[in-house]
Amino acid sequence: MDRRQRLIAYWSDIPMAAAKTSRKITEQNKIQQKLGTLILSEKVREVEAIFILFEGRRRGKMRPILMKGHERPLTFLKYNRDGDLLFSCAKDHTPTVWFADNGERLGTYRGHNGAVWTCDVSRDSTRLLTGSADQTVKLWNVQTGTQLYTFNFGSPARSVEFAIGDKLAVITTDPFMDLTSAIHVKRIAKDQTEQTEESLLVIKGPQGRINRAVWGPLNRTIISAGEDAVIRIWDSETGKLLRESDKESGHKKTITSLTKAADGSHFLSGSLDKSAKLWDARTLTLIKTYGTERPVNAVAMSPLLDHVVLGGGQDASAVTTTDHRAGKFEAKFYDKILQEEIGGVKGHFGPINALAFNPDGKSFSSGGEDGYVRLHHFDPDYFNIKI
Amino acid sequence: MAAEVVLMNEVESKAAQLGIDLSVDLNSIQLPPGENFGIVSDDEDVYLDDQLEFDSGFGNVIVVDNLPVVPREKFEKLEGVIRKIYSQIGVIKEDGLWMPTDPETKKTLGYCFIEYNTPQVRYLQLFEEAELAKEKTNGYKLDRSHIFAVNMFDDFDKYMRVPDEWAPPEIKPYTPGENLQKWLTDEKARDQFVIRAGTDTEVLWNDARQSKTELVYKRTYWTESFVQWSPLGTYLATVHRQGAAVWGGATTFNRLMRYAHPQVKLIDFSPGEKFLVTYSSHEPSNPRDANRVVINIFDVRTGKVMRDFKGSADEFSVGGAGGVAGVSWPVFRWGGGKADKYFAKLGKNMISVYETDTFSLIDKKSLKVENVVDFSWSPTDPILALFVPELGGGNQPARVSLVQIPSKTELRQKNLFSVSDCKMYWQSNGDYLAVKADRYTKTKKSTYTGFELFRIKERDIPIEVLELDNKSDKIIAFAWEPKGHRFAVIHGDNPRPDISFYSMRTAHNTGRVSKLSTLKGKQANALFWSPGGRFIVLAGLKGFNGQLEFFSVDELETMATAEHFMATEIEWDPTGRFVATAVTSVHEMENGFNIWSFNGKLLYRILKDHFFQFLWRPRPPSFLTPEKEEEIARNLKKYSKKYEAEDQDVSMLLSEQDREKRRKLKEEWEKWVSEWKQTHEEENSERQKLRDGEASDEEEEYEAKEVEVEELLDVSEEVLPFEE
Repeated sequence: MDRRQRLIAYWSDIPMAAAKTSRKITEQNKIQQKLGTLILSEKVREVEAIFILFEGRRRGKMRPILMKGHERPLTFLKYNRDGDLLFSCAKDHTPTVWFADNGERLGTYRGHNGAVWTCDVSRDSTRLLTGSADQTVKLWNVQTGTQLYTFNFGSPARSVEFAIGDKLAVITTDPFMDLTSAIHVKRIAKDQTEQTEESLLVIKGPQGRINRAVWGPLNRTIISAGEDAVIRIWDSETGKLLRESDKESGHKKTITSLTKAADGSHFLSGSLDKSAKLWDARTLTLIKTYGTERPVNAVAMSPLLDHVVLGGGQDASAVTTTDHRAGKFEAKFYDKILQEEIGGVKGHFGPINALAFNPDGKSFSSGGEDGYVRLHHFDPDYFNIKI
Repeated sequence: MAAEVVLMNEVESKAAQLGIDLSVDLNSIQLPPGENFGIVSDDEDVYLDDQLEFDSGFGNVIVVDNLPVVPREKFEKLEGVIRKIYSQIGVIKEDGLWMPTDPETKKTLGYCFIEYNTPQVRYLQLFEEAELAKEKTNGYKLDRSHIFAVNMFDDFDKYMRVPDEWAPPEIKPYTPGENLQKWLTDEKARDQFVIRAGTDTEVLWNDARQSKTELVYKRTYWTESFVQWSPLGTYLATVHRQGAAVWGGATTFNRLMRYAHPQVKLIDFSPGEKFLVTYSSHEPSNPRDANRVVINIFDVRTGKVMRDFKGSADEFSVGGAGGVAGVSWPVFRWGGGKADKYFAKLGKNMISVYETDTFSLIDKKSLKVENVVDFSWSPTDPILALFVPELGGGNQPARVSLVQIPSKTELRQKNLFSVSDCKMYWQSNGDYLAVKADRYTKTKKSTYTGFELFRIKERDIPIEVLELDNKSDKIIAFAWEPKGHRFAVIHGDNPRPDISFYSMRTAHNTGRVSKLSTLKGKQANALFWSPGGRFIVLAGLKGFNGQLEFFSVDELETMATAEHFMATEIEWDPTGRFVATAVTSVHEMENGFNIWSFNGKLLYRILKDHFFQFLWRPRPPSFLTPEKEEEIARNLKKYSKKYEAEDQDVSMLLSEQDREKRRKLKEEWEKWVSEWKQTHEEENSERQKLRDGEASDEEEEYEAKEVEVEELLDVSEEVLPFEE
C-alpha cells in the first residue's frame, strides 16, 4: 500500500487492510460523513445555528480520523501540552502515541503485562507515566519508548498524574486481595538514576476503587473520586481529609471520570448516575450539573469555548444486544454555562470510555469500547455556534 | 368426648355453687367440626372494606365478652370450653387464648382474648378466621345469662368513642359535590394525562404551548398495580390488593369511593362509567382444578355491589384461553352505548345478556346460539354481532348475525363459506360493521382474507363484499376512521407492507365502497386514527423500531415522518390535537414519552426510568350540535384569532424568561471565572517556583510557526485506467 492509499485509509472509516478499491472508500466516506458530522440537537432554537450546521453537513466537514491501533477497548486519552501528540491507553497492554493532527501512529510503549488504565505526560513531553492492571506504574521516555523506571504495587494502578513541575506524581491503586484502595504520592527524580520506589504519602480511606485522583491548585491538595460516589479533597502534605462532597448535591453512583480545567480552577466529574457535575477545585462548591440519558464514562472540557463533552453508553455487556442507535454512543456537547445540550457526535459503535480535548480547543478525540480512537477536527462553523 | 362432658359437668356444678343458672344443655356446644351454626356472613364486603385501613396488627384478635365469672379452680375448665368452641373456626395461635383474672379475687373477669394464627403470607385468610369467629359466635348462648358478645379487637377503639348519651343526628345542610368535570374548563383548553414511572404516579397537564408539562397531582405508591381512567374521564381508578378505588375532584385528586375486592387483578368501567367490574382469580386448593374466579359489579357512585359472579375460570373463559391462564378480559362486554343498559358474557352455546335495571338475565334466560365463539356490541346501539364458526367439516357454513336486544330478534344474517377465522370491527358511531373473514383456498393449504361490510343504519342492512386488489395479501391491521366513513388496512408482507384507504362512499354513490389510495412499501404495522378522523399515524412498532408517519387522509399526503426509537405505545389525545408516543419498561433503556403535534412535529420529550403507563384523560362527548360544529369549522379564522394571540403572548413571555435566565447564568459564571482568574494570578509566582522558575502558561509567549517540509518519498508512475 502506498502512502496515498494509506492516507485515504486514514481519512476514511476503514482499516487499512480493507482499503482495496477507491470506490469502496468513497462509499465509506459517505457513510462517515453522515455519522461523524456534528448534529445539533433540537434544543438549539436559533435559526442561525441550525443553518450553519446544515451547511456544514452538506459540505461534509469535520470528517473524523479513525485511528485503529488498539485491539481492545480504549481506556484513556491524553494530549501533551503542545497538543501535537495524543497518547492512548487500552486494555491491550500497549499505550500508543499518535500525531494529533493527522492521526498517524508514531509509536507504542511495550512492556506492560496487563490492561493499561491511565497515563500522563510531562509538561515538556519527555516522559510518560502509565498505570496498568499488571500492578505497576511505568515511566517511559516519550521519544525512544524505553522504560525508565517501574513502580511496583500490590494491586492494579488506576490513575496517575504529574504534579505541577513534574516532580511529584499521584497514583491510585485498586482494592485487591486484602489490600484496600490507596492514593500514593511518589517523587519523580529529575535524574533517572536517583529514582526510588518510596512513597512520600499514602492515603487510605475511601471505600472501593478510586477511579481518579488529580492535583489541586499549587499541588497543595489532591482531589479524588471513585466508586463510593464521593469527591474528596486531601491535604497533599499530611494526607488529611479537607473536604467531602455532600450526599445531597453530589453524585449518586460511581464516579467514572474527572478532568480539570486548563487553569486547574475547576473540574468536571462524570458518573454512572447519568450526570456530570462541575465543581470549584478549591472550595468543592457544586457549580453546574449536566444531565444526560446514559451513564457517563468520560468527560472533557473545551479549553477554548464554554463547552463540555460527555461520553458514555450502556454497559459493555448489553452492547451486543442493542441497536447502535439505542446505545447512545455519542459524544454529547453541552453548553458549560447554560447546561443545555448543544449537539452530539456519533460514530462509535460501543460506549465511549475516554475523551480528551486538544489544548488548542480545535479538535478532540474519543476512545471507545469498540477499540477505535476517533479524532475530530472541528469545522470553522463549530466556533460560531450560538445558543 | 367423654373428657369434655366431665369438664362441662364440673363447670355446671361450679355454676350451681355460685348460683348461676345453667339450665341450657352444655353438650350442645360440642358441634361437629365444620359446622358453622348456619350463620353465613352476608355483608362480608363491609368487613373487607374495613380492612383497607387495617394497620394495627390486631386484625386476627377477637374479644369474647359475657363469659361466666369463675374462680381459679374452674379456670382451666372454662378455658377448655372456650378453646373447644373457637378452635372449630380456625387455628388458635399458640398461647393465643388469654383470659385475664382479677389479681385479688383470682376470679376471671368474664372475658377473654383469642388470637388466631398469623402466618404473614396468608394474610387475607387470617382475617377471615377472626372475622368468621366473630360472625359465628357473636350472640351465641352459652346459657341464658351468658350470651357471648364477640368483637374484633380492632373495633374496640371505635366503640370506646361512642358517646354515652344519644344525640339526635345532625342534619347536614346539602353541600353540592365537587365538580368532577372541572378539568374540562381549563382556560387554556389543555388536556391531562396520567403517567406511572417507578413508584410514582403523576397526573399532568400537557402544556404544548410551553412545550412542557405542568403537574396536577403526584403521589407515590398511589396504586399497587396499574391505573385506569373511566371512559368519560371523570375518575381515575387505582388498583390495590384489597380492591379498587376511584379518585377525582375539582382541583386535586381525592378518593371518592372504594370497592373492596381482595386480590383484584383487572377492572373495567361501563362505557357510561356507571358501573365498575372487578375481577380476581384465586389458586384452587386442588391443583387439578381450574382457578376460582370472582367478579363483582359495583355501582361507581355508591360503591354498592350490584351483582357478583363466582365460579371456576372455565365458566368465564369460553372462546378465551381459560383454565389456569385465566379469562379473556373483559368477561362482561357492555352494550347499548353510554346508557349502560346491557352487559353480556359469552358462554358455552349461549350469550348471557343482563340488563342493569335488575341485574338479571333478560327474559330470565340466555340467548341460545349453538357453538358461538365470539360476539361484539355495537358501540352505540343495543345490537350484538355474533360469530359462529364452520361446523361439520364445512357442511354447516360459518355465520355472522346481528341480534337486536332486548327483543333478541335477528336483524341480519350472513353465511360464510370455508372460513377459518373471523374478526369483527365496529365503526365508532355504529354505522358500519366490518367483518374480516379468513378463508381457505381451494387446496385448504393457505388462507386469504376478505371483508364483509355491513351498513347498519341503512334499510335491510345491506352487505357488501370487499376483496383486496391482491387477494393473497395478509392483513396486518385494520382500523375505522372514528366517526367517519373511511378505513385503513395494512396488508402485504413484512418488512414493507402496503397501506390502503377505503371509503364507504364514492363521489356520486353513497352505497358503494371505493378505494381511495394505496401507499406502497411502508414500514408500518399499526394504525392510529385521530379521534377526530382525517389524520392517521402509521406506526412501525416492535420490529420497525418506532417509525412514525403522520398522514392526512383528506389530502392523501404525508405530513411528516419521524421516529421514536423503540416506541411501544402510541395514543392520541382525546381532542386529536396531540399524539403521545412512549417507550415503556418493556425495554430497559430510553424509557419515557414524546409529545407530538397532530402533524408530526415533536413538541417535547420526557425521559423517565421504569416507565409503565401513559394514559390521556378521556373527555366526555362534546355538547355542540353538528350544526354548531360546522359553523365553527366555517368561521375558524374568527375563533382561532383569539388563540393565536394567546400563543404569541406565551412565546414572547417564554423567550423573555429564557433570556433572563440565560443572562443570570452567564453573570453567575462570569463571577466564578473572574474569581478564579484572580486567584490564579495571585498564585502565579508560586506556580513558577514549583516549575523551577519556568514561566507558567499565560506569560509564556510562544509563537506557532507553520513550517512546511516537503519530503520526497518515492516517485513512481502508474497507468490509471480511465473509467467511463
